[in-house]
Amino acid sequence: MQIGSNFPAQIPEGPLADKWTNYKNKINLVNPANKRNIDVIVVGTGLAGGSAAATLAELGYNVKAFCYQDSPRRAHSIAAQGGINAAKNYQGDGDSTYRLFYDTVKGGDYRSREANVYRLAEVSANIIDQCVAQGVPFARDYGGLLDNRSFGGVLVSRTFYAKGQTGQQLLLGAYSAMNRQISRGKIKMYNRHEMLELVIVDGKARGIIARNLVTGEIERHSAHAVVIGSGGYGNVFFLSTNAMGSNVSASWKIYKKGAWFANPCFTQIHPTCIPVSGDHQSKLTLMSESLRNDGRIWVPKKMEDAEAIRAGKLKPTELKEEDRDYYLERRYPAFGNLVPRDVASRAAKERCDAGFGVNQTGEAVYLDFASAIERYGKEQAHIKGMDENDPAVYLKLGKDVIANKYGNLFQMYEKIVDQNPYETPMMIYPAVHYTMGGTWVDYNLMSTIPGCFVIGEANFSDHGANRLGASALMQGLADGYFVLPYTIGDYLSDDIRTGKIPTDSAEFDEAEKAVKDQLEKFINNKGSKSVDYFHKRLGKVMWDKVGMARNEQGLKEAIEEIKAIREEFYKDVKVPGGMNEYNEELAKAGRVADFLELGELFAKDALQREESCGGHFREEYQTEEGEAMRRPEFQYAAAWEYKGADQEPEMHKEDLVYKDIEVKERSYK
Amino acid sequence: MKLTLKIWRQKNSEDKGKMVDYQLDDVSPDMSFLEMLDVLNDQLVGKGEEPVAFDHDCREGICGTCSLQINGKPHGPDSLVTTCQLHMRKFNDGDTVYIEPFRAKAFPVVKDLIVDRSAFDRIQHAGGYISVNTSGNTQDANAIPINKDDADKAFDAATCIGCGACVAACKNASAMLFVSAKVSQFALLPQGQVERERRAENMVAQMDAEGFGACTNTGACEAECPKGISLTNIARLNREFLGAKL
Repeated sequence: MQIGSNFPAQIPEGPLADKWTNYKNKINLVNPANKRNIDVIVVGTGLAGGSAAATLAELGYNVKAFCYQDSPRRAHSIAAQGGINAAKNYQGDGDSTYRLFYDTVKGGDYRSREANVYRLAEVSANIIDQCVAQGVPFARDYGGLLDNRSFGGVLVSRTFYAKGQTGQQLLLGAYSAMNRQISRGKIKMYNRHEMLELVIVDGKARGIIARNLVTGEIERHSAHAVVIGSGGYGNVFFLSTNAMGSNVSASWKIYKKGAWFANPCFTQIHPTCIPVSGDHQSKLTLMSESLRNDGRIWVPKKMEDAEAIRAGKLKPTELKEEDRDYYLERRYPAFGNLVPRDVASRAAKERCDAGFGVNQTGEAVYLDFASAIERYGKEQAHIKGMDENDPAVYLKLGKDVIANKYGNLFQMYEKIVDQNPYETPMMIYPAVHYTMGGTWVDYNLMSTIPGCFVIGEANFSDHGANRLGASALMQGLADGYFVLPYTIGDYLSDDIRTGKIPTDSAEFDEAEKAVKDQLEKFINNKGSKSVDYFHKRLGKVMWDKVGMARNEQGLKEAIEEIKAIREEFYKDVKVPGGMNEYNEELAKAGRVADFLELGELFAKDALQREESCGGHFREEYQTEEGEAMRRPEFQYAAAWEYKGADQEPEMHKEDLVYKDIEVKERSYK
Repeated sequence: MKLTLKIWRQKNSEDKGKMVDYQLDDVSPDMSFLEMLDVLNDQLVGKGEEPVAFDHDCREGICGTCSLQINGKPHGPDSLVTTCQLHMRKFNDGDTVYIEPFRAKAFPVVKDLIVDRSAFDRIQHAGGYISVNTSGNTQDANAIPINKDDADKAFDAATCIGCGACVAACKNASAMLFVSAKVSQFALLPQGQVERERRAENMVAQMDAEGFGACTNTGACEAECPKGISLTNIARLNREFLGAKL
């Protein structure tokens, strides 16, 4: 079925650049007195959820915010490192709203919704203004003005940053805005709470069932609208750069209640992560993409050198310049080490599969700062009037510059790997990082369930098949600060006479019973294997067959294997402890149960998409040079509708129409 | 390597709690400390016992969720790392490792090694913000140049992750380093000037109300802080507080 008949994307008419302004001028507003009578639930307190909760509370709505962490400040947005994009053109290097829009659509391999992306680019500049006003300490230059850096897939410097901790600083900004509203009583904060079900009354989202993770109590919460900002689903792979608790459950519960889930196979494998060290590994650590501004990626040119390095007989620093293969600079001279993430990841895999990997497992490439240290060192020596040809002088000065830019990342690397990246190149390998797919939403950010809005990484609309670096923070804050507060108002203007939503209705009874039944089932299961055992098995199938490269046979096998793991999970999982207490194993069991369903849909989505685009690479569809082969007949978003436990989901297509941008072959050469 | 673990077990906030011994073999030096606990928990679940509850989330040293007093030190023997980034190569075969929750009156134990740090949130509610609404009409971000030195100092203070190690390290369980980091961040920036006095007064009042102890300048907080938040911030907080009261 085509999207457009039952569930239109609600894209406003008119020229692209005027759509958002015209839309805002025409929507219904809710007067301040009426806002006081309207409740909104926000699930998740990262950049999207946190900024939305704060802004809605400022406007006067009664907000109830939920997070599974012990404080909203700990949401995983905090771990974002490199920066946030905004079309400020402070560097005067040719940036504009249109260019940010263009780069984002191209970077997403023409699989995002044009009008949403333009709006994102349009409000990006406001985000920086807002954050500075909140006291977010972005990096500045000596003139006191804001500094910028460059990120992959673009030719301008539009990324604002706070060392390697930009996500932390932005999240603490949103957290502080929330704190102001918590102290006013406009946000009621529910820490260590997990949403386990959506409650729909008369066809509208009217509340949630949540579990208090400390006491185990099951709680009913009602509202006039429910906002989901619970992040992505990368942990379906078990190993990812996501936090241990990051999960798909809120998104999955609404999927099973009728919200379509779009493009689950669009997952970002980030090229610069610390390689896996052993079976005990619980998560992977990202090394910011900003490092590719100064680091050069290489593997040995000769097989015998690669073998000697793996055997520990040769050190990378001993290898002569001409014996190194800077493969990104070789293959993509225009963008070099700053190609987009999907391209960089596949290129690393290609070299390692060919046998040139540089760690014991053969799954690592080098990220080398030696030439940047030399270049910066000589520049500093020149400025300071010191001998710029004396290595002792320029190496020290150069290391200081690098430490100033990336100090915390270098320290993190050294603590984990036990090697000093100032002296020897870093080893990196791609890892699951971000999910572009998510709940299908219209232009209003509303799902196919009226009154259920989805924002940030949890929705699908802005990044297409591949997200550019420093765009996740931009989207989360754009949705929460500047988009949702308008669109939800238009929806809620119908609710000014509704009054409080009661929680003693049959709908709440039924939802609560379903939640309790599942929890009891886990506790009483008395199986023999831990939750993690199943999660790791799922992750291995996902990585091997639904990971960086996919093919028809592998995907079909994965679908069957995931089904089998799921059946075994329900038969044999063991959850110790009880329901009415702090029980992390029980919480994990519920999350893994949802991942076991999502994984199957993920593989199905990858199977139907018979093309390669962005982060989705089908081995059957590649050019002779091994680049992704996009196919025009797949220029749509695939939105999946749940049809019941034993039924096949139905796929709906939203055709992606580009009026203001020419759909071209995506080249970074 | 083989380790003897002595771990604090406490069923809930009402339970008295006690240290329990565990033996763990085959610990790899490349494991993080929390991965070592994962292995222990996997074995406990296998035996049908309840796993050891501990707080953790990002496992890359930034969310501030993980805690643990390891051999008497918050976040263990290594410097400038959180427990999640502490690796087993810092320990030796045959070591006995004591693992306890952060201890402070204002951080009651929830279960085993998990403590309730919501007092930190309440201090932030009292003034850890700049009162600016989200409008899209604030002035341009480059309208006020900020001296780089001040901006850098504000950033350094703002890197506090709110883990509570400073409180756990302090013999008085003082939260001065935590409070001073936020007060300093805003005191150093032009945006923070308007509410400067109120902020210092209100945050300190809330800190006292939560039952944190007084600061006696021993510097244990700075020494154990995984993010290296400087003691200078406490001096600045004292100045801000005094200025507000005068």
